Amino acid sequence: MSQSYNRGLIEDFGRWKEFSAGMWAWIFHKFTGWMLIGYLFTHIAVLSTAIGAAAGDPAAIQQETDVYTTTIQGLESLFIIRVLEVGLLAVAVFHILNGLRLLMVDLGVGLSAQDKSFYASLVLTGIITIASVPTFMDGVTI
Amino acid sequence: MRGTESPQQERLKEKEQGLAQEEAVDESDLEGETVHLKVFRYDPEVEGKQEPRFDDFYVPFEKGMTVLDAVMYARDEFDSSLTFRHSCRQAVCGSDAFFVNGKQQLGCKTQISELKQPVRIEPLPHQEVVKDLVVDMDHFYDQMHAVEPYFQQEELPDGDLEEQRQSRENREKVKMSTRCIWCAACMSSCNIAAGDNEYLGPAAINKAYRFAMDEREDDEIKEHRLRIVEQEHGVWRCQTQFSCTDVCPKDIPLTEHIQELKREAVKKNLKFW
Repeated sequence: MSQSYNRGLIEDFGRWKEFSAGMWAWIFHKFTGWMLIGYLFTHIAVLSTAIGAAAGDPAAIQQETDVYTTTIQGLESLFIIRVLEVGLLAVAVFHILNGLRLLMVDLGVGLSAQDKSFYASLVLTGIITIASVPTFMDGVTI
Repeated sequence: MRGTESPQQERLKEKEQGLAQEEAVDESDLEGETVHLKVFRYDPEVEGKQEPRFDDFYVPFEKGMTVLDAVMYARDEFDSSLTFRHSCRQAVCGSDAFFVNGKQQLGCKTQISELKQPVRIEPLPHQEVVKDLVVDMDHFYDQMHAVEPYFQQEELPDGDLEEQRQSRENREKVKMSTRCIWCAACMSSCNIAAGDNEYLGPAAINKAYRFAMDEREDDEIKEHRLRIVEQEHGVWRCQTQFSCTDVCPKDIPLTEHIQELKREAVKKNLKFW
Protein backbone atom coordinates (compact mmCIF):
# COMPACT_ATOMS: atom_id res chain seq x y z
CA MET A 1 0.00 0.00 0.00
CA SER A 2 1.45 3.30 -1.06
CA GLN A 3 -0.33 5.66 1.24
CA SER A 4 -3.37 5.76 3.41
CA TYR A 5 -5.23 8.30 5.47
CA ASN A 6 -5.70 8.08 9.20
CA ARG A 7 -8.87 9.80 10.31
CA GLY A 8 -7.98 9.36 13.97
CA LEU A 9 -10.84 9.41 16.44
CA ILE A 10 -13.12 11.02 13.90
CA GLU A 11 -16.46 9.79 15.16
CA ASP A 12 -15.76 9.88 18.85
CA PHE A 13 -16.71 12.90 20.91
CA GLY A 14 -17.95 15.13 18.13
CA ARG A 15 -20.79 12.71 17.60
CA TRP A 16 -22.08 12.53 21.14
CA LYS A 17 -25.63 12.90 19.89
CA GLU A 18 -25.40 9.45 18.32
CA PHE A 19 -24.02 7.71 21.41
CA SER A 20 -26.02 4.71 22.55
CA ALA A 21 -27.20 3.97 26.08
CA GLY A 22 -24.27 1.65 26.76
CA MET A 23 -21.82 4.34 25.69
CA TRP A 24 -23.41 6.99 27.93
CA ALA A 25 -23.43 4.55 30.83
CA TRP A 26 -19.71 3.99 30.30
CA ILE A 27 -18.93 7.72 30.12
CA PHE A 28 -21.00 8.52 33.23
CA HIS A 29 -19.49 5.63 35.14
CA LYS A 30 -15.95 6.81 34.36
CA PHE A 31 -16.82 10.41 35.19
CA THR A 32 -18.50 9.61 38.51
CA GLY A 33 -15.65 7.25 39.37
CA TRP A 34 -13.08 10.01 38.95
CA MET A 35 -15.26 12.43 40.90
CA LEU A 36 -15.45 9.99 43.80
CA ILE A 37 -11.68 9.47 43.77
CA GLY A 38 -11.23 13.26 43.79
CA TYR A 39 -13.61 13.52 46.72
CA LEU A 40 -11.82 10.72 48.54
CA PHE A 41 -8.58 12.72 48.62
CA THR A 42 -10.33 15.88 49.76
CA HIS A 43 -12.03 13.82 52.42
CA ILE A 44 -8.69 12.45 53.64
CA ALA A 45 -7.41 16.01 53.98
CA VAL A 46 -10.44 16.94 56.08
CA LEU A 47 -10.12 13.85 58.25
CA SER A 48 -6.46 14.57 58.99
CA THR A 49 -7.53 17.97 60.26
CA ALA A 50 -10.06 16.23 62.49
CA ILE A 51 -7.44 13.92 63.97
CA GLY A 52 -5.31 16.94 64.89
CA ALA A 53 -8.32 18.72 66.33
CA ALA A 54 -9.38 15.73 68.40
CA ALA A 55 -6.12 16.02 70.32
CA GLY A 56 -6.88 19.67 71.00
CA ASP A 57 -8.38 21.32 74.03
CA PRO A 58 -11.38 19.24 75.27
CA ALA A 59 -13.07 22.32 76.67
CA ALA A 60 -12.91 24.08 73.30
CA ILE A 61 -14.37 21.01 71.59
CA GLN A 62 -17.14 20.99 74.18
CA GLN A 63 -17.98 24.61 73.43
CA GLU A 64 -17.66 24.03 69.67
CA THR A 65 -15.02 26.73 69.34
CA ASP A 66 -12.17 24.46 68.20
CA VAL A 67 -10.62 24.75 64.73
CA TYR A 68 -12.25 21.61 63.29
CA THR A 69 -15.81 22.34 64.38
CA THR A 70 -15.66 26.00 63.37
CA THR A 71 -14.20 25.12 59.97
CA ILE A 72 -16.91 22.55 59.27
CA GLN A 73 -19.63 24.87 60.51
CA GLY A 74 -18.22 27.64 58.40
CA LEU A 75 -18.24 25.44 55.30
CA GLU A 76 -21.72 24.13 56.03
CA SER A 77 -23.10 27.64 56.19
CA LEU A 78 -22.06 28.22 52.58
CA PHE A 79 -24.72 27.64 49.94
CA ILE A 80 -22.23 26.36 47.36
CA ILE A 81 -21.00 23.66 49.75
CA ARG A 82 -24.55 22.39 50.23
CA VAL A 83 -25.02 22.28 46.44
CA LEU A 84 -21.76 20.36 46.07
CA GLU A 85 -22.96 17.90 48.71
CA VAL A 86 -26.12 17.23 46.71
CA GLY A 87 -23.89 16.77 43.66
CA LEU A 88 -21.69 14.33 45.55
CA LEU A 89 -24.73 12.33 46.54
CA ALA A 90 -25.95 12.23 42.93
CA VAL A 91 -22.53 11.09 41.73
CA ALA A 92 -22.27 8.39 44.39
CA VAL A 93 -25.83 7.12 43.86
CA PHE A 94 -25.38 6.86 40.09
CA HIS A 95 -22.06 5.08 40.52
CA ILE A 96 -23.63 2.57 42.92
CA LEU A 97 -26.69 1.90 40.76
CA ASN A 98 -24.73 1.62 37.53
CA GLY A 99 -22.23 -0.55 39.38
CA LEU A 100 -25.07 -2.94 40.20
CA ARG A 101 -26.11 -2.81 36.55
CA LEU A 102 -22.55 -3.68 35.50
CA LEU A 103 -22.53 -6.52 38.01
CA MET A 104 -25.61 -7.95 36.29
CA VAL A 105 -23.97 -7.44 32.91
CA ASP A 106 -20.90 -9.31 34.14
CA LEU A 107 -23.06 -12.15 35.36
CA GLY A 108 -24.87 -12.25 32.04
CA VAL A 109 -28.23 -11.43 33.61
CA GLY A 110 -30.69 -9.37 31.60
CA LEU A 111 -28.25 -8.26 28.92
CA SER A 112 -31.08 -7.46 26.57
CA ALA A 113 -32.36 -4.88 29.06
CA GLN A 114 -28.99 -3.20 29.59
CA ASP A 115 -30.19 0.08 28.06
CA LYS A 116 -33.36 0.07 30.14
CA SER A 117 -31.40 -0.58 33.34
CA PHE A 118 -29.16 2.39 32.50
CA TYR A 119 -32.19 4.66 32.10
CA ALA A 120 -33.57 3.23 35.34
CA SER A 121 -30.29 4.10 37.11
CA LEU A 122 -30.56 7.65 35.80
CA VAL A 123 -34.18 8.08 36.88
CA LEU A 124 -33.55 6.58 40.32
CA THR A 125 -30.51 8.82 40.77
CA GLY A 126 -32.68 11.80 39.87
CA ILE A 127 -35.42 10.85 42.31
CA ILE A 128 -33.03 10.16 45.20
CA THR A 129 -31.14 13.39 44.56
CA ILE A 130 -34.28 15.51 44.47
CA ALA A 131 -35.61 13.78 47.58
CA SER A 132 -32.37 14.62 49.39
CA VAL A 133 -32.53 18.34 48.64
CA PRO A 134 -34.68 19.35 51.68
CA THR A 135 -32.29 17.55 54.04
CA PHE A 136 -29.13 18.94 52.51
CA MET A 137 -30.44 22.48 52.11
CA ASP A 138 -31.91 22.69 55.61
CA GLY A 139 -31.12 25.97 57.33
CA VAL A 140 -28.85 27.54 54.76
CA THR A 141 -29.31 30.93 53.16
CA ILE A 142 -27.95 32.06 49.86
CA MET B 1 -35.43 -22.86 22.76
CA ARG B 2 -36.94 -24.64 25.71
CA GLY B 3 -40.19 -22.85 26.38
CA THR B 4 -39.25 -19.26 27.10
CA GLU B 5 -37.60 -16.92 24.65
CA SER B 6 -33.90 -16.26 24.88
CA PRO B 7 -32.67 -12.66 25.18
CA GLN B 8 -31.48 -12.99 21.61
CA GLN B 9 -34.91 -13.88 20.31
CA GLU B 10 -36.51 -11.08 22.26
CA ARG B 11 -34.05 -8.62 20.80
CA LEU B 12 -34.70 -9.82 17.27
CA LYS B 13 -38.42 -9.51 17.81
CA GLU B 14 -38.10 -5.95 19.09
CA LYS B 15 -35.91 -5.06 16.16
CA GLU B 16 -38.39 -6.47 13.67
CA GLN B 17 -41.22 -4.54 15.25
CA GLY B 18 -39.17 -1.37 15.11
CA LEU B 19 -38.30 -1.90 11.47
CA ALA B 20 -41.90 -2.61 10.54
CA GLN B 21 -42.92 0.71 12.06
CA GLU B 22 -40.23 2.66 10.26
CA GLU B 23 -41.16 1.08 6.93
CA ALA B 24 -44.77 2.00 7.39
CA VAL B 25 -43.87 5.68 7.71
CA ASP B 26 -41.46 6.39 4.84
CA GLU B 27 -41.20 4.66 1.43
CA SER B 28 -44.05 6.39 -0.40
CA ASP B 29 -42.87 9.90 0.51
CA LEU B 30 -39.65 9.39 -1.43
CA GLU B 31 -41.23 7.96 -4.59
CA GLY B 32 -40.00 9.84 -7.64
CA GLU B 33 -37.62 12.01 -5.65
CA THR B 34 -33.87 12.22 -5.56
CA VAL B 35 -31.73 11.16 -2.65
CA HIS B 36 -28.96 13.47 -1.51
CA LEU B 37 -25.75 11.58 -0.73
CA LYS B 38 -22.66 13.09 0.87
CA VAL B 39 -19.82 10.70 0.18
CA PHE B 40 -16.34 10.77 1.69
CA ARG B 41 -13.64 11.07 -0.97
CA TYR B 42 -9.91 10.53 -0.67
CA ASP B 43 -7.28 9.37 -3.12
CA PRO B 44 -3.58 9.79 -2.41
CA GLU B 45 -2.76 9.47 -6.11
CA VAL B 46 -5.05 12.18 -7.43
CA GLU B 47 -4.24 15.86 -7.17
CA GLY B 48 -7.02 17.61 -5.28
CA LYS B 49 -8.24 14.46 -3.56
CA GLN B 50 -5.26 14.05 -1.27
CA GLU B 51 -7.09 16.12 1.31
CA PRO B 52 -10.28 14.25 2.19
CA ARG B 53 -13.52 15.94 1.18
CA PHE B 54 -17.21 15.17 0.79
CA ASP B 55 -18.82 14.97 -2.64
CA ASP B 56 -22.55 15.46 -3.19
CA PHE B 57 -24.53 13.09 -5.36
CA TYR B 58 -28.23 13.27 -6.20
CA VAL B 59 -29.57 9.82 -7.01
CA PRO B 60 -33.14 9.07 -8.18
CA PHE B 61 -34.95 7.08 -5.52
CA GLU B 62 -36.42 3.69 -6.26
CA LYS B 63 -38.52 1.55 -3.97
CA GLY B 64 -36.32 -0.75 -1.94
CA MET B 65 -33.15 1.20 -2.70
CA THR B 66 -30.26 0.42 -0.37
CA VAL B 67 -27.23 2.54 0.44
CA LEU B 68 -25.17 0.24 -1.75
CA ASP B 69 -27.62 0.66 -4.66
CA ALA B 70 -27.32 4.41 -4.26
CA VAL B 71 -23.51 4.56 -4.29
CA MET B 72 -23.45 2.10 -7.21
CA TYR B 73 -25.76 4.41 -9.12
CA ALA B 74 -23.53 7.36 -8.28
CA ARG B 75 -20.50 5.46 -9.48
CA ASP B 76 -22.09 4.17 -12.69
CA GLU B 77 -23.81 7.40 -13.70
CA PHE B 78 -21.78 10.25 -12.23
CA ASP B 79 -18.24 9.41 -11.19
CA SER B 80 -16.63 6.14 -12.17
CA SER B 81 -13.71 6.79 -9.83
CA LEU B 82 -15.93 6.45 -6.73
CA THR B 83 -14.45 3.43 -4.98
CA PHE B 84 -15.98 0.99 -2.50
CA ARG B 85 -15.97 -2.73 -1.84
CA HIS B 86 -19.02 -4.81 -2.58
CA SER B 87 -19.81 -8.25 -3.81
CA CYS B 88 -22.85 -10.33 -2.92
CA ARG B 89 -25.33 -7.51 -2.20
CA GLN B 90 -27.21 -9.68 0.28
CA ALA B 91 -25.37 -9.22 3.59
CA VAL B 92 -23.35 -12.40 3.28
CA CYS B 93 -19.93 -11.39 2.00
CA GLY B 94 -19.32 -8.62 4.51
CA SER B 95 -17.53 -6.32 2.05
CA ASP B 96 -19.62 -3.18 2.21
CA ALA B 97 -19.64 -2.03 5.81
CA PHE B 98 -19.78 1.78 5.75
CA PHE B 99 -20.23 4.53 8.30
CA VAL B 100 -23.70 5.74 7.32
CA ASN B 101 -25.14 8.73 9.15
CA GLY B 102 -22.86 8.09 12.10
CA LYS B 103 -23.41 4.35 12.41
CA GLN B 104 -21.57 1.32 11.10
CA GLN B 105 -23.94 -0.46 8.72
CA LEU B 106 -23.83 -2.76 5.72
CA GLY B 107 -24.58 -0.74 2.60
CA CYS B 108 -26.58 -3.58 1.08
CA LYS B 109 -28.71 -4.10 4.17
CA THR B 110 -29.59 -0.48 4.87
CA GLN B 111 -32.65 1.02 3.22
CA ILE B 112 -32.28 4.59 1.99
CA SER B 113 -35.88 5.29 3.00
CA GLU B 114 -34.97 4.72 6.66
CA LEU B 115 -32.24 7.34 6.67
CA LYS B 116 -32.26 11.05 7.26
CA GLN B 117 -31.09 13.17 4.36
CA PRO B 118 -28.49 14.09 3.31
CA VAL B 119 -27.20 10.55 3.72
CA ARG B 120 -23.63 10.83 4.89
CA ILE B 121 -21.52 7.88 3.75
CA GLU B 122 -18.01 7.49 5.12
CA PRO B 123 -15.46 4.71 5.35
CA LEU B 124 -15.35 2.74 8.62
CA PRO B 125 -13.81 4.83 11.41
CA HIS B 126 -10.67 3.71 13.23
CA GLN B 127 -9.32 2.08 10.10
CA GLU B 128 -6.92 3.67 7.69
CA VAL B 129 -8.57 4.89 4.52
CA VAL B 130 -6.97 3.55 1.35
CA LYS B 131 -9.29 5.25 -1.12
CA ASP B 132 -12.78 6.76 -0.84
CA LEU B 133 -14.83 4.22 1.14
CA VAL B 134 -12.18 1.51 1.11
CA VAL B 135 -10.36 0.92 4.39
CA ASP B 136 -7.31 -1.15 5.22
CA MET B 137 -8.60 -4.40 6.74
CA ASP B 138 -5.19 -5.97 7.48
CA HIS B 139 -5.25 -5.24 11.19
CA PHE B 140 -8.77 -6.65 11.51
CA TYR B 141 -7.75 -9.85 9.73
CA ASP B 142 -4.64 -10.13 11.92
CA GLN B 143 -6.83 -10.02 15.02
CA MET B 144 -9.21 -12.60 13.54
CA HIS B 145 -6.35 -14.98 12.74
CA ALA B 146 -4.85 -14.50 16.20
CA VAL B 147 -7.68 -16.55 17.74
CA GLU B 148 -7.13 -19.48 15.35
CA PRO B 149 -10.54 -19.26 13.69
CA TYR B 150 -10.79 -22.86 12.54
CA PHE B 151 -12.04 -26.18 13.92
CA GLN B 152 -9.31 -28.17 15.65
CA GLN B 153 -9.85 -31.86 16.25
CA GLU B 154 -7.25 -34.41 15.25
CA GLU B 155 -9.16 -37.56 16.08
CA LEU B 156 -11.78 -39.07 13.83
CA PRO B 157 -15.00 -40.27 15.42
CA ASP B 158 -15.51 -43.98 16.08
CA GLY B 159 -17.08 -46.27 13.52
CA ASP B 160 -17.70 -45.53 9.88
CA LEU B 161 -18.68 -41.93 10.46
CA GLU B 162 -16.16 -39.40 9.31
CA GLU B 163 -18.17 -36.35 10.18
CA GLN B 164 -17.81 -34.67 13.52
CA ARG B 165 -21.34 -34.82 14.88
CA GLN B 166 -22.59 -31.94 16.99
CA SER B 167 -25.56 -32.11 19.33
CA ARG B 168 -28.57 -29.92 18.58
CA GLU B 169 -28.16 -28.11 21.90
CA ASN B 170 -24.54 -27.34 21.22
CA ARG B 171 -25.34 -26.12 17.75
CA GLU B 172 -27.96 -23.80 19.23
CA LYS B 173 -25.38 -22.55 21.71
CA VAL B 174 -22.92 -21.43 19.02
CA LYS B 175 -25.54 -20.60 16.38
CA MET B 176 -25.42 -16.83 16.58
CA SER B 177 -21.64 -16.72 16.82
CA THR B 178 -21.29 -18.63 13.54
CA ARG B 179 -23.06 -15.88 11.65
CA CYS B 180 -20.08 -13.51 11.57
CA ILE B 181 -19.27 -12.29 8.06
CA TRP B 182 -16.02 -10.49 8.93
CA CYS B 183 -17.35 -7.07 7.95
CA ALA B 184 -15.49 -5.29 10.79
CA ALA B 185 -18.43 -3.06 11.71
CA CYS B 186 -18.13 -4.10 15.36
CA MET B 187 -14.38 -3.51 15.50
CA SER B 188 -14.88 -0.07 13.99
CA SER B 189 -17.59 0.85 16.52
CA CYS B 190 -15.55 -0.24 19.54
CA ASN B 191 -14.16 2.63 21.53
CA ILE B 192 -11.65 0.39 23.26
CA ALA B 193 -10.33 -1.14 20.04
CA ALA B 194 -9.84 2.41 18.78
CA GLY B 195 -7.53 3.24 21.66
CA ASP B 196 -5.81 -0.12 22.04
CA ASN B 197 -4.40 -1.51 18.83
CA GLU B 198 -3.60 -4.83 20.47
CA TYR B 199 -7.13 -5.49 21.69
CA LEU B 200 -8.52 -8.54 19.93
CA GLY B 201 -11.82 -6.82 19.35
CA PRO B 202 -15.40 -8.11 19.37
CA ALA B 203 -15.29 -10.06 16.09
CA ALA B 204 -12.18 -12.04 17.01
CA ILE B 205 -13.44 -12.77 20.51
CA ASN B 206 -16.76 -13.89 19.06
CA LYS B 207 -14.85 -16.21 16.75
CA ALA B 208 -12.94 -17.59 19.75
CA TYR B 209 -16.29 -18.10 21.49
CA ARG B 210 -17.66 -19.98 18.49
CA PHE B 211 -14.92 -22.61 18.85
CA ALA B 212 -14.34 -22.54 22.61
CA MET B 213 -18.03 -23.41 23.10
CA ASP B 214 -17.98 -26.14 20.47
CA GLU B 215 -18.12 -29.45 22.34
CA ARG B 216 -16.52 -31.36 19.50
CA GLU B 217 -13.14 -29.88 20.32
CA ASP B 218 -11.08 -31.38 23.14
CA ASP B 219 -10.71 -29.77 26.54
CA GLU B 220 -7.05 -29.06 25.85
CA ILE B 221 -7.92 -27.01 22.81
CA LYS B 222 -10.60 -25.18 24.76
CA GLU B 223 -8.04 -24.30 27.42
CA HIS B 224 -5.67 -23.13 24.74
CA ARG B 225 -8.42 -20.92 23.29
CA LEU B 226 -9.22 -19.48 26.71
CA ARG B 227 -5.53 -18.74 27.25
CA ILE B 228 -5.57 -16.64 24.08
CA VAL B 229 -8.61 -14.57 25.00
CA GLU B 230 -7.77 -14.08 28.67
CA GLN B 231 -4.54 -12.25 27.91
CA GLU B 232 -4.10 -8.62 28.81
CA HIS B 233 -5.48 -7.39 25.50
CA GLY B 234 -8.20 -10.02 25.32
CA VAL B 235 -11.65 -10.17 26.89
CA TRP B 236 -10.79 -7.97 29.88
CA ARG B 237 -10.48 -4.92 27.66
CA CYS B 238 -14.20 -5.04 26.96
CA GLN B 239 -15.93 -2.27 28.92
CA THR B 240 -19.46 -3.37 28.01
CA GLN B 241 -20.43 -0.31 26.02
CA PHE B 242 -22.56 -2.56 23.81
CA SER B 243 -21.50 -0.57 20.73
CA CYS B 244 -20.56 -3.75 18.84
CA THR B 245 -23.85 -5.47 19.64
CA ASP B 246 -25.71 -2.37 18.49
CA VAL B 247 -24.07 -2.24 15.07
CA CYS B 248 -23.68 -5.93 14.19
CA PRO B 249 -25.58 -6.46 10.91
CA LYS B 250 -26.00 -10.14 11.72
CA ASP B 251 -27.44 -9.49 15.19
CA ILE B 252 -24.73 -11.44 16.97
CA PRO B 253 -24.91 -10.80 20.74
CA LEU B 254 -21.21 -9.90 20.84
CA THR B 255 -21.11 -8.39 24.32
CA GLU B 256 -22.95 -11.42 25.68
CA HIS B 257 -20.33 -13.72 24.17
CA ILE B 258 -17.42 -11.64 25.47
CA GLN B 259 -18.96 -11.64 28.96
CA GLU B 260 -19.44 -15.39 28.86
CA LEU B 261 -15.80 -15.90 27.93
CA LYS B 262 -14.79 -13.64 30.83
CA ARG B 263 -16.72 -15.91 33.17
CA GLU B 264 -15.20 -19.02 31.59
CA ALA B 265 -11.74 -17.53 32.06
CA VAL B 266 -12.46 -16.74 35.71
CA LYS B 267 -13.80 -20.24 36.30
CA LYS B 268 -10.75 -21.79 34.67
CA ASN B 269 -8.39 -19.79 36.88
CA LEU B 270 -10.33 -20.35 40.09
CA LYS B 271 -10.45 -24.08 39.55
CA PHE B 272 -7.66 -25.56 41.64
CA TRP B 273 -8.80 -29.17 41.71
